[in-house]
Amino acid sequence: MGILDKHKVIETNATLLLAGSLFVVTIGGIVEIAPLFYLENTIEEVEGVRPYSPLELTGREIYIREGCYVCHSQMIRPMRDEVERYGHYSLAAESMYDHPFQWGSKRTGPDLARVGGRYSDEWHVDHLVDPQSVVPESIMPKYGYLLDTLIDGEYVGDLLATHAFVGVPYTEEQLANAGADFRAQADPDSDWDDMLARYPKAQIRNFDGAPGISEMDALIAYLQMLGTLVDFSTFTPDASR
Amino acid sequence: MSKKDNNQPVDPDTTGHSWDGIEEFNNPLPKWWLWTFYATIVWGIGYTIAYPAWPLIQEATPGLLKYSTRGEVVEEIAAVEAANEDLNVQLASADLTTLPENAELHRYAVNGGRSLFAANCSQCHGSGAAGFIGYPNLLDDDWLWGGDIDTIAYTINHGIRNDQSPDSHWSEMPAFGEILEPEEIQTVVSYVQSISGQEHDADLAAAGEEIFLDQCSACHLETGMGETSLGAPNLTDAIWLYGGDPEALTETITYSRFGVMPAWGLRLSEAEVNALAAYVHQLGGGQ
Repeated sequence: MGILDKHKVIETNATLLLAGSLFVVTIGGIVEIAPLFYLENTIEEVEGVRPYSPLELTGREIYIREGCYVCHSQMIRPMRDEVERYGHYSLAAESMYDHPFQWGSKRTGPDLARVGGRYSDEWHVDHLVDPQSVVPESIMPKYGYLLDTLIDGEYVGDLLATHAFVGVPYTEEQLANAGADFRAQADPDSDWDDMLARYPKAQIRNFDGAPGISEMDALIAYLQMLGTLVDFSTFTPDASR
Repeated sequence: MSKKDNNQPVDPDTTGHSWDGIEEFNNPLPKWWLWTFYATIVWGIGYTIAYPAWPLIQEATPGLLKYSTRGEVVEEIAAVEAANEDLNVQLASADLTTLPENAELHRYAVNGGRSLFAANCSQCHGSGAAGFIGYPNLLDDDWLWGGDIDTIAYTINHGIRNDQSPDSHWSEMPAFGEILEPEEIQTVVSYVQSISGQEHDADLAAAGEEIFLDQCSACHLETGMGETSLGAPNLTDAIWLYGGDPEALTETITYSRFGVMPAWGLRLSEAEVNALAAYVHQLGGGQ
């Protein structure tokens, strides 16, 4: 039996046993995780995906703060029922700038990966203030207080810098103009040309219809862009991925 | 049950391991368990050959069966579309006004439309299509932009006051708070109450009539019946999108309203839009 007879050495030496166990577990981890970082067919490059604009990113922080992910997923799986209800299945690249990702694991409410443009801003305000006023069968809580908290984007530059720190490719220009871009996106009367150039396809509106930039503006700006960046009329995903 | 005497000398052999005089019995695993275990190993090897598995330098092995979840969903959707292709082609190009004459196609459209409505429209118009404040009731025969089936299909296709479709219905009521004095607005409120058959202050209403004819009749018409091509509602009936009481009317006139509907033609196919139109049209109020 050769080497198998030598197991007494390991079994009678706790430190050696621990080191050996760690070694074996490490092999499992490397085989399962490491390839995801270098395999070319795990994440396809998709035209249109860009980092979040300052207002969208702020809305995303509110989405996380309020725990929306507890009931809403952002991951349309490649299954016929999901594709027919929510739209094209999600691509890995569409959440490549998400830190942390919001795929979720539970759907008490519907998936939100492609909720952008599906409803009017006014509906989102009505629905967030009192979900049962438009969907009587809904069990979603009310979020009307988002209208009351005005935000001025004072720390949005830091927020972008933090995301840049963990790998989101914000340019120097985007970081330097974070506050201005934040305000421009919520004000259609502002000078938003530069903002739109930095964040293509960004939607510029007074999202909540009320004066000032509230948390509601930021959250709706985020919801209205979800799943809208990739143009599926020109993009054909590789079926083998 | 037979009794076992643990003290009987039937102990199996020992493994030969001995620590501090304590020895270890050699109790092998049951044969059925062991062979099941070997079988799972063999199956596992076969599985990694048949399905995508091993990470190599550039990409993972695709597996002999060339399986992918993406490929599977594409195939599944293609199979369903192929099965319904005849009906969908007919429906996409159908003359909607004569659709009920083709019983099979109409039934397909209405049932498909019901599912599409639940997934896409019920969030605003309600699962029973009765609407909410600010979101029109689709069950009655009062239509803002027209209730014949072709217009319903157009409205679904292009939406209302959105920036997604250049062909969306568009009109914009002015915020009369910037044009009229608050007292004048109150006279118009009373006039609107009078033509809609509500209790009202007759003197105020008389004063409001002139302002109404000056400011409002271009869209709502002199009769107050509303111009459908402009989406201007009929003010003489008891159906109100935002409420017909004095408070709601005052708010509507002062700040105006701007209801938006997305352009569903950008998300749904032509056949799906027509199916929705057929469903909405037969709900009760279709013209």
